[in-house]
Order: sequence, then structure tokens, then C-alpha cells
Amino acid sequence: MGIEVRHVSKTFGQFRSLDDVSFSVASGELVALLGPSGSGKTTLLRIIAGLEQADAGTVLLEDSDATHVNARDRGVGFVFQHYALFRHLTVFENVAFGLRVRPRGRRPTEAVIQEKVHKLLALVQLDYLGKRYPRQLSGGQRQRVALARALAVEPNVLLLDEPFGALDAKVRQELRRWLRRLHEDIRLTSVFVTHDQEEALELADRVVIMNQGRIEQQGSPEEVFERPATAFVMNFLGSVNIFHGRVEDGRAFLGPLAVDSPEHAGQPPQPATGYARPHELDLGRADTGGGLWARITDLNTTGAVVKVELTDDEGRLIQVQLGRDAYTELLPTAGERLYVTLKRVRVFLKDEKP
Amino acid sequence: MSKSNRVLPGFRITMAFTLLYLGLIVIVPLTTLPVESITMGWTAFHRTLTDPRVVASYKLSLGASFVAAIVNGVFGVLVAWVLVRYPFPGRRVIDALIDLPFALPTAVAGITLTTLYAPNGWLGAPLARHGLKVSFTPLGVTVALIFIGLPFVVRTLQPVIEELDLQVEEAATSLGANRWHITTRIILPYLYPAWITGFALSFARAVGEYGSVVFISGNMPMRTEIAPLLIITKLLQYDYAGATTIAFGLLVISFVLLLAINGLQHWTGRRLAH
Repeated sequence: MGIEVRHVSKTFGQFRSLDDVSFSVASGELVALLGPSGSGKTTLLRIIAGLEQADAGTVLLEDSDATHVNARDRGVGFVFQHYALFRHLTVFENVAFGLRVRPRGRRPTEAVIQEKVHKLLALVQLDYLGKRYPRQLSGGQRQRVALARALAVEPNVLLLDEPFGALDAKVRQELRRWLRRLHEDIRLTSVFVTHDQEEALELADRVVIMNQGRIEQQGSPEEVFERPATAFVMNFLGSVNIFHGRVEDGRAFLGPLAVDSPEHAGQPPQPATGYARPHELDLGRADTGGGLWARITDLNTTGAVVKVELTDDEGRLIQVQLGRDAYTELLPTAGERLYVTLKRVRVFLKDEKP
Repeated sequence: MSKSNRVLPGFRITMAFTLLYLGLIVIVPLTTLPVESITMGWTAFHRTLTDPRVVASYKLSLGASFVAAIVNGVFGVLVAWVLVRYPFPGRRVIDALIDLPFALPTAVAGITLTTLYAPNGWLGAPLARHGLKVSFTPLGVTVALIFIGLPFVVRTLQPVIEELDLQVEEAATSLGANRWHITTRIILPYLYPAWITGFALSFARAVGEYGSVVFISGNMPMRTEIAPLLIITKLLQYDYAGATTIAFGLLVISFVLLLAINGLQHWTGRRLAH
């Protein structure tokens, strides 16, 4: 096991940042810690790195207890959101830093350092910038230098704290794809923190979703997206339409909608909420039962999918995404009344707080 | 006339004003120095500058100022570091205290220090018992110059330390650096340009200092007489040419030193300029 976190808790003053968190990362795996700000994901990452001490619990790196090991001896590479480069050193010297500060016995010779740093700079495609200073680089280049610097000490584990957070959208996309390829090449056990669900789902082998200091769900991107364990996960992983109502005898009655809800069959009647993603709704011109009528208030046809916004008679806002084919077939116009049906809905009981 | 496309207009007028202002306030008064001293003729000029008493005062002024700037350079970093990095009760009060040597009339500082370090003073008495005399010695001069120079180092370093990102230290730690590495390879090189500036300011202020030194030094010719005092003495004797000649010498030495320090700072600071 690359990383194992067992029952870790951390409190800052009155604020419970982490509440009995356990999870593990297999060797060579790329895991995303995903959650809103304040969910404890960065604190967890910093505890793994040894930059923060847990109040309780243990951290194992490569199967040995690292809980009380100093950050500098943990063999962990850390990449910061705002790069944290040494601005008085050249790009080359930034990358060489970790090698130069090794104790005399383990310090490589100058020739080895030269070769190794050039290799790493080539890996991050920046070898031609070795003599520059950090301030002369763009954000994306700086983050790649930070990555090369972290890799120079041959860490067992790579930790990245919102690595693309400070970059603009296009660079972020490029760097994301590039990092994924790099990970496939070097297969280093890696954990990255993000609040961007798209980034987590696209990049990671496995996603750990955090909320208020606890882990809500972990699993492959497909698993968490297709089978969210809690209303929070459903809500956090993309936009949803919410229908309040109740469950009774294995059926959910969500306002005007009625759907089967077999997983709640044995439960007494109680309040519940239904969640459906915009692409899980369908539009039509005929009342086919189980749906509701709503008027189109906004229609955006510029994109791979057509985004339709409707308002029903009770003023509820409903978002629907249609594929281009479905759109051309129906050709809805703004202001038109259409019949909305659910292709799929997930029902969570009321006490499962989103 | 071609119109320039600068975003900020008014380069000509502001530059003209800058030159005029510098000319009136700095250059014109300073050029009168050599003009005045030339009136005494080359031989007398040369004789005044090589007078052992004058040479001794130059040595004391520059030497004591240099030592004081070094001491302030070391302890000023510590003070600035503590004031920025550690929140503690009374920090604001101590922070305000730093400016006191700026605000205090230097004569007040001089009298206070002299009383404190005199052979029967609070600090002077116990030191004298250990055979260390402060008041009326070059050491006393240095102490006074340390006192007035401290704010320069602290105030130039504070904003730079504030800007120093904690994550940079964390990054170095995770790369395997110990505290010694972080201090010598990250923090000190980073503070260096600001430190040099603080050092130069502290030094320059000390070379020109008069009020706080004259009391504690005792003003013994050849031993504890600083150059600014010698200038005043000449003036009181209506020897204007002599006074300006000594001043001119001091001016040239100070200018060369400051130029050298600035050059050093420019050379190292280029890499850090943001």
C-alpha cells in the first residue's frame, strides 16, 4: 500500500477539520481528494506530507509508520497551489535544490546533479528555460518546474495541493492531460487535492469525496458519478434538479412526479428528495404520464449539448440537457410548453442531509 | 512635435521637476563645498585633509559607523524577524518603540546614553568594575551610532520578511532541507538586497550623526573626536574653508561607499526584482 491513513482527526481551535478519516492509496495509483473548501482535504494532504500534525490517528507510507517522521525525511514530494518556487534561484537550481541539501554521504556529484536535473527539465519540457528565474515564466511553466523540483528527490509519494488552481482554463486543461500522461509513464503513487469535480473525474483513478471533515464516498470516477452514495455526492458532482416529496410503499411522490423507488420499499412513509441530472430528463409534446408540464424560459443551443431551462406552474426551475439529435427531432422554441419526464432519478431520504 | 503614447503622461514635466528639485536641494548646496574649500588653495587643502587629527576623526567616524551598521545589520534582522513572524502580547508597543530613535532629538539620546554609560551610571558602573569603559571612548561612540541606526535596518527588512512565503520554507522542508539549509540557502539570500539597503542607510546616517555622539564621546582629539564635530569646531573658529574641506573629504568617502553598496545591491538584486 502506498499511503494508508487510519482514523486521523485534526482540530483547529473550535473547528473540526478532520473527523476520524481513514483511506488508503495503492502503490502507483492516482487519487483525487475532492470536496468544497473547508472540507478538510488540504489539511489531510498536509498531514500526509508531515507539514501538519494530526491530533489523533496514524499515517503509513510504503507500509511503515510515518506519523512521527519529520516532513523532510518522509520521502514525499509536495506541489503547492501557488508553486512556492525559490525566486532567487534559477529554474535549474530550483530543481537541483533537493539534491544539493542532501547529507554529504548521500549527495550526488555535480556531474550526476547536472545530468539528473536536465533529464527532469526535459521530462517537464522546460530544459531550454534552465537559466531563467521563476518570475520570467508563465504560471503553467512555474507549476511544471515545481513538479520537476518535487520529483528530483525521487519521492515515494507525490502530493499536489490544487495544482491547477491558479491557472487559467486552457492551461489547466493542457496541464491536466499532460499530468495524466506523465503519471502513466512514471506510475508514482500520487494524491491531488481539488474542488473541481470535472478535474477529479477526468484525471484520477479513484476519487475520494470529502465533506465537513469526513469522507462521503470513495470509488472510481464512474462509480461515484453513476452511483452516488449520498445526496451530498449527487449534488456536488455536477448540476442537478431537485424534487422534494415523500416515499410510500416503494414509490416516491415528488410534487407532480411519481416514480418507483424499490430501495425504500421496506421503509415507513417519510419525506424524501429526488435528484436528477439535466441529461436524465426528457422533453416531449404529449402527456405520457408521470411527468409535468413546464414552459421554456431559456434556450442555449451553442454547444455540444443544448441547454434548456424551464419553469413549471409552481415556479420550479428545471434544467434539461438535450443531445443535438434529440434537439433537432423536437426543435423546441422559447416560451413553448413541454412535457418533462424523468429517465432516471435517485431518491434520498430527508435525513440524509445534502 | 510627436505625441508619445505612454500610459502615464507627464514624463517631461515630472523629470524636469525632479532634476530642478534635486539640483536645488542636493546638488547646489553640495557643490558649494568644493568651491568654498578651493579658496584656501591646493597646499592648504592637502594639509588640512592629511592633518593627523582630521585623519583620526575620519577613521573614527567611518570605523565606528561601519561597526554600528554591522551590529544593527545582525540584530536588526532578528528584531524584524521576531516582530513579523511571531504574534505576542505587546508586539505593537515594541514595534512603535523601534521608531523612537528617529523621533527623539539626538541630543536627548546623547545625554541619556552618556548618563547610562558614565562610570557611575546604571550600566556604566557594573561595566567599569569589569574594566570596560564605554562613555568617553570609541566604544561609546559606537553605542550611540547603534542606537540611532537600528530603525533603518528593521524598517527596511520588515516588509520583505512579511512577503516571505511560509510555503517556500515548507517546500524546502519537504525536499529534505534542514533549518540550516533553509536559513542559509533560502531566507538569507532572499533578505540580502533589503539587508544591504538597511545597512547602507544605517551606515550613512551614522557617518553624519552629531547630536547623540558629542556627549558620549568626550571629544578628545585623536581619540574620540568624530569628523562632524571637527567641522563644527572649525566653524566656531571662523575657519570656513577648513570646515568645508573636511566636509568635502567626508562627502567623497561617503559617496564612494554608498555607490559601492548600491552597486553591490544592484548586482545581487537584479535576480530578485519582481
